[in-house]
Amino acid sequence: MSEGFSRPVAGHVPVLRLGDVLLVTLQGDLYDSSAQQLQQDLSETIARSGVTGVVIDISGVEIVDSFLGRVLAEIAAQTELLAARTVLAGMRPAVAITLVELGLTLPGLRTALNTEAAMELLARPVVASRSGGRHEESP
Amino acid sequence: MHTAAGVEARLPIRSDMDLVWVRQHVRQAAARLGFGLVDQTKLVTAASELARNTLVHGGGGLMEASHVVSGGVDGLRLAFSDSGPGIPDLDRALSDGYTSGDGLGMGLGGSRRLVHDFEVESAPGAGTTVRVTSWVTGPRHPRGGH
Amino acid sequence: MPEREAGGSLGTPTDEVRDFLRRRREQIAQRWADEPLFRTVFTVSRDEAVEAGKAVVDALAQVADAQRVEDPDAAGFSAVREQLARMGAARARAGLSPSQMAGELAALWPPVENLLVADLDQAPPQGLRECSTTLSVLLGTLRLVAMQTALSEGQALIDRQRLQLLEVATPVIKLWDGIVAVPLIGTLDSARSQVVMETLLNAVVEQHARFAILDITGVPTVDSLVAQHLMKTVAAARLMGAECVVSGIRPAIAQTIVHLGLDLGTVKTRASLADALGHCLHELGTNIVQASDSAGRR
Repeated sequence: MSEGFSRPVAGHVPVLRLGDVLLVTLQGDLYDSSAQQLQQDLSETIARSGVTGVVIDISGVEIVDSFLGRVLAEIAAQTELLAARTVLAGMRPAVAITLVELGLTLPGLRTALNTEAAMELLARPVVASRSGGRHEESP
Repeated sequence: MHTAAGVEARLPIRSDMDLVWVRQHVRQAAARLGFGLVDQTKLVTAASELARNTLVHGGGGLMEASHVVSGGVDGLRLAFSDSGPGIPDLDRALSDGYTSGDGLGMGLGGSRRLVHDFEVESAPGAGTTVRVTSWVTGPRHPRGGH
Repeated sequence: MPEREAGGSLGTPTDEVRDFLRRRREQIAQRWADEPLFRTVFTVSRDEAVEAGKAVVDALAQVADAQRVEDPDAAGFSAVREQLARMGAARARAGLSPSQMAGELAALWPPVENLLVADLDQAPPQGLRECSTTLSVLLGTLRLVAMQTALSEGQALIDRQRLQLLEVATPVIKLWDGIVAVPLIGTLDSARSQVVMETLLNAVVEQHARFAILDITGVPTVDSLVAQHLMKTVAAARLMGAECVVSGIRPAIAQTIVHLGLDLGTVKTRASLADALGHCLHELGTNIVQASDSAGRR
C-alpha cells in the first residue's frame, strides 16, 4: 500500500479553458463519484461559457471500465446537445483493446491520438451531420 | 489440476472507494505474477466490473484474491461474493445487453470475455459468487512493480 | 589392413560385431565423415566429423559389448545422445523432414556393411550373415535413438520458433509521416491476432500515426474468426484516434467474405496496399502527382 499505487482521484477533476475549448485531463484511478461530478460540472460550464469544444485527455488513465465508458459517452452526448463537440484523446492501446473486448466501442465518440490532434480536429469546420463520428473535413 | 496457494488477500467491497482499492490490488498482484500490460488491463477491468456488480446488485461483499498454479503456469484467481438477492436467470444475465442496474449491460458477459476462466454460483436469495481466473500467457514479462 | 586369423571360428555374432567396430573404428568414422549426415553438420573441419563418427562407433561397440543391440535405452547410447540431438537439430534447421533424416541415417549402413563383408570374407557364409544381421539391428537401434532425440529436439525448436515468429512476423512499417502498415503473411490464429493488434496499436502511439494499414494480401483465408479480429483491431484503433484500413482483400477472399455472410461492417477496405496508402495520403491532405516533364517523379 505505498508507492506503486497511482493516487486515487477524489472530488473535482480540474477543467481548464483554452479559448473556445475546455480541456479536461484525467489521471490515475477515478472514483465513480468523481466521474459523475465531472459530467455535471462540464455541462454547467459549457452552458455558462458557450465553448464549442471539449477535449478529454485520458492518456494518463490505466483502465476504463463500462462505468467510466458510459460517463464519457454521456458527456459527449450532452455536449452535442449544448452545440459543442467532445473529443476523447490519448487512449492507451491496452485500454482500447480491453474496451473492444468488453464490447464497448463507443461508436458516437470522436477520438484523437493526443490533445494537439484533438485541438486540430475541433478547429476544423463541421460538415454533414454531427452524430456520425468522424465527419470533419480534411484540411 | 491446479494447486491454490491459498487466499492471499481479502478486500471488502462496500463503497466506490473500495472499487479503487480492488483495481489497484489486482493490478499489483497481476504485475507481480508477470502478466503483460494488456492482460493486466483486461483483468483489472474485469475485476472492476465484477466488484461493481457486487456493490450495486449484491449490496456489497468482498473479493478474495489467490495465486494459483497449473502445469507450471501462474494464474490469478479472483472470487467476488455477496449475500444479495442472487441472479434469477443466469443465462440472461450473461448475455450481452442485459442490465439490471447502472452500466451499459456489459457487466457479466463483458467481463467473461476479459478472463480465461469464469464461473458463477448464484441462487435467488442466496447471494452470488463469481470466480474468475487468468493465466500468465506468452513469454514471461519481467517482474512488474516499478 | 588388419589381418584376422583366417578360417578361424567366429565368436557369438554380437562379440564379433563389437570386435569389428573396435578394429575398424577409424575407417568407419572416415567413411561416415563423407556421408551427408556428418559432412553437413560438422563443417569446421573433416577431422571434427571423423571425431564425431568415432564417438558414435564407440557407443555402438559399448552397446554390443553389453549385449543390448536391440535396446535404444542401452547405457552406451547416452554418451552420444546429446551429439545426436545436436546433429538432428542442425539437419532440422537445414530444412530436412524426419523421413529425409531417416534416409540420411540409413545411408550410414552401406559403408559399414562393406567393411564387415571385406573383413569376414574368409568366415563361413552362415557366420557372416549372422554378424551382418546383428550389425544392421544395432544400426537400426541407433537410427531409432537418433530419430527420438531429433524429434524431441525438433519439438523444442518448433516451440521456440513459434514464439519468435509471433514477435518477428509482425513488422510495422512506417509508410509516411502519420501512416504505419503491417503486412500480414500466413495464417492468423488467435494468439497471433493478439500480437498483431498490440504491435499495430503500439506503433500508432510511437509514430503518432493517424492511419494504420493492415495488409492481408499474404493471408490465405479469412474466416469469421479472422474477420472478427480485424474488426476488433479497427475498433481499438478508432478508440485511440487512428483510422485503420484493411487492404489486400483478394477476389477469392472477397468471395469467401460474401459467401460466409461476414459483415465487415464499419471496416474501411481497399483492394491493394497502394490504394490504401493513396486513401490515407488524401485524408492527410497530401496528394501524389505525376511530374509533368519526363524527368520522372518528384
